[in-house]
Amino acid sequence: MSFEEKSTWVSSAATVLVSALYYNFILARLRVTPAAEIAYQWPMILAIGSMIGMTIAGTILMSIGTAVSSEITGSGSVNEIDRTDERDKSINRRGELAGYYVSCVGMLGVLALAMLRYDQFWIANALYLTFVSGGLVSSGVKLAAYRWGL
Amino acid sequence: MAKKMRVSNCIRSLRFAAGEMTQAELADRVNVTRQTIIAIEQGRYSPSLEMAFRIARVFGVPLDEAFQYQDEE
Repeated sequence: MSFEEKSTWVSSAATVLVSALYYNFILARLRVTPAAEIAYQWPMILAIGSMIGMTIAGTILMSIGTAVSSEITGSGSVNEIDRTDERDKSINRRGELAGYYVSCVGMLGVLALAMLRYDQFWIANALYLTFVSGGLVSSGVKLAAYRWGL
Repeated sequence: MAKKMRVSNCIRSLRFAAGEMTQAELADRVNVTRQTIIAIEQGRYSPSLEMAFRIARVFGVPLDEAFQYQDEE
């Protein structure tokens, strides 16, 4: 598995884990509190921060783990660990494009919510959902391309 | 199911003919990842013209000896 593919797995795992925890928290509040009264701001900031932090920390740990295991097993050169080539770039481009289309559709939904004067809670959470789903679709397309080819 | 590419190659046999060169060694010489060499050999990735030339040059063969383009049926 190349460095880029492993990084994609790390960011996908961080996104799924953090957004599941965030939506679990928000949906539990939504059952007992009106949407406009839910203090979603800090949990959302924390979720976005954790997602970025976990992705960075996971990538660093993954790099160290790969370097150590390749040193122990003698498979692959240390120079190859973070090597990125044209295939990685093509796969990344395809994934980002798919994520962009999903984000565009999500943005239209957010725009509709704003035009219909929905509460900030719904607008912010629809934006967060757009952010998460765009990222996940992008990662899914990349992982599929790594597995089955471009 | 893996997509079938119309560009086929005989890199595997060229590697064996070149003193059983490993995929990692070829990847180092072409400056790509070993996974890319594996993907090309398995027909899951068609390299750019530049990469194809670099691979052919490693084995000292013309491009069309390393890569073949199959006609559409």
